[in-house]
Amino acid sequence: MAEIRLQHLAHSYTRNPGSVDDYALRELEHVWAQGGAYALLGPSGCGKSTLLNIISGLLSPSHGQVLFDGKVVNELSPQARNIAQVFQFPVVYDTMSVFDNLAFPLRNQGLDEARVRSKVAEIAEVLDLGATLNKKARNLSADEKQKVSMGRGLVRDDVSAILFDEPLTVIDPHLKWKLRRKLKQIHEQFNITMIYVTHDQLEASTFADKIAVMYAGQIVQFGTPRELFERPRHTFVGYFIGSPGMNLIDVQAQPGGVGFAGVHLPLPEVVQAYLASTPATRLQVGIRPEFVQLREAPFDDAHQARVVDVEDLGTYRILTLALDGVALKVRLGEDRVIPQGQAWISFPAQWLMLYADDVLVEAGP
Amino acid sequence: MNKVPNNKAWWLVLPVFLLVAFSAVIPMMTVVNYSVQDIFDQSSRYFVGADWYRQVLQDPRLHDSLLRQFVYSGCVLLIEIPLGIAIALTMPGKGRWASLCLIVMAIPLLIPWNVVGTIWQIFGRADIGLLGASLNELGINYNYAANTRDAWVTVLVMDVWHWTSLVALLCYSGLRAIPDVYYQAARIDRASAWAVFRHIQLPKMKNVLLIAVMLRFMDSFMIYTEPFVLTGGGPGNATTFLSQTLTQMAVGQFDLGPAAAFSLVYFLIILLVSWLFYTAMTHADKD
Repeated sequence: MAEIRLQHLAHSYTRNPGSVDDYALRELEHVWAQGGAYALLGPSGCGKSTLLNIISGLLSPSHGQVLFDGKVVNELSPQARNIAQVFQFPVVYDTMSVFDNLAFPLRNQGLDEARVRSKVAEIAEVLDLGATLNKKARNLSADEKQKVSMGRGLVRDDVSAILFDEPLTVIDPHLKWKLRRKLKQIHEQFNITMIYVTHDQLEASTFADKIAVMYAGQIVQFGTPRELFERPRHTFVGYFIGSPGMNLIDVQAQPGGVGFAGVHLPLPEVVQAYLASTPATRLQVGIRPEFVQLREAPFDDAHQARVVDVEDLGTYRILTLALDGVALKVRLGEDRVIPQGQAWISFPAQWLMLYADDVLVEAGP
Repeated sequence: MNKVPNNKAWWLVLPVFLLVAFSAVIPMMTVVNYSVQDIFDQSSRYFVGADWYRQVLQDPRLHDSLLRQFVYSGCVLLIEIPLGIAIALTMPGKGRWASLCLIVMAIPLLIPWNVVGTIWQIFGRADIGLLGASLNELGINYNYAANTRDAWVTVLVMDVWHWTSLVALLCYSGLRAIPDVYYQAARIDRASAWAVFRHIQLPKMKNVLLIAVMLRFMDSFMIYTEPFVLTGGGPGNATTFLSQTLTQMAVGQFDLGPAAAFSLVYFLIILLVSWLFYTAMTHADKD
């Protein structure tokens, strides 16, 4: 059990990194509190696995420090850090039985056999592996093997943290859901810090209390699923989270606000002042397809748009609109009437985010 | 679904059947032919039934060679398999050194059998050989031509020198095929180096080891050229192995009948032992 702190952490696989592009992880500061259930979410190649391997000690960071409860552990092996890790593809010890597989980490720790037996029985029960305990691990199916793999991670309850590296990739969809629930239960039961790497936003938000979104070697936002949805701090978060992702529109600074294609969006004075001073070259506004207001007839400050496409996804529909040549997506519930040809839309100020060079401009004090 | 019987498909087996017939069955049948008859010339031949078989199975000279042969193959396997595994484990995984090691390891495998025999015959000579002369200089009395123990050691060392590389290269390929994640998982599970070897490396090498054991058993059990060149089967009969005894019988004494009978027995022994190895290793850890 430990709080994991990353200080000035960066990693490069090349020996003498020059430009930022040489870094798999750019300098970052982060704290994983003891007992939290976290997800590390990002596309392939964003550095998630690198970060995970640095935390577990399989990889030594080229810059900065990893601290467990305030103690620098950079030089410590995974054994000394007392970390459990579950990998993307199942790793089982072929020649051992399922029981011996699950008992392996405990026996290596020197636990007495009676304790081993009760711990293994407990974890086998949780993972529904009871019936296969005496089978050789090599004869299991892929998802049973992965359950054994996970079981070896979960069987030690004294660990500092358990790290999961996309553990459900090879698992059947219906089992995926069950196993995520199990993990959540185990988390609640044992109060162990868990970090779960995935590229699936649904997996991340069902498992984790807080999600760290990674992009190009950086953690661009760390927050609850709701925060990520409502206030993406980076355009990538807006684009990556949500289905479909956030509408991002290039805008120009105008007196009193910003604008695009004949649409003027007023901004608070603090933000205007910030815009005047910032060296940022690219301004974008973002709004979630869920938050765009849409009606079939003109209203207050609405803008007229053309309906280009309607996609019916069962419980909701996605409309693609063109507003003076700018494409916008709007998400409508199934009970809503679909406007034909024309629609009037407006952008509620509270859901309108402004991004300067991809980073959210905070209007707060 | 209705299955339509179509026996014409049997014709597809014909090419394989012909190939096997010409490469194995027909040549073997000529040996079978000799093994059950006493043939003097084309016109005088007598059917003798199992007489030749009875004779060779009771021949003490063959019993001695067979025993020597088993001891020899046993020693070869006991030395070369563990040594090959050990070498494979210590070889670097990648980089320039890995390529260099692979090339150096492959060199003995490229040398023809009789050349290997000649190399060791000269290398080991007590008067002018680098190895033999050096040992004698050091005060160790060594002479493979006169001393049974020295002859055995030399024949074995020669085989180890010639063939351990094969085992090592096979094991090396098996080791390289193990994904990194297995080693990572083992580190996470706090496995000892021995446990990593016992539970990851050895099981993953099992298939290549099976090939290595079979090849080394069959080759060493049929060994002929190297001891023949090195010791000529001596001193006395100390290093006369089965194939040499067989050759003496067939070509030296021209006892074709007993030689043919013995060839078949020899073949059956190799087949049986190979089958035993195969079965033991593939069925070792079923459920």
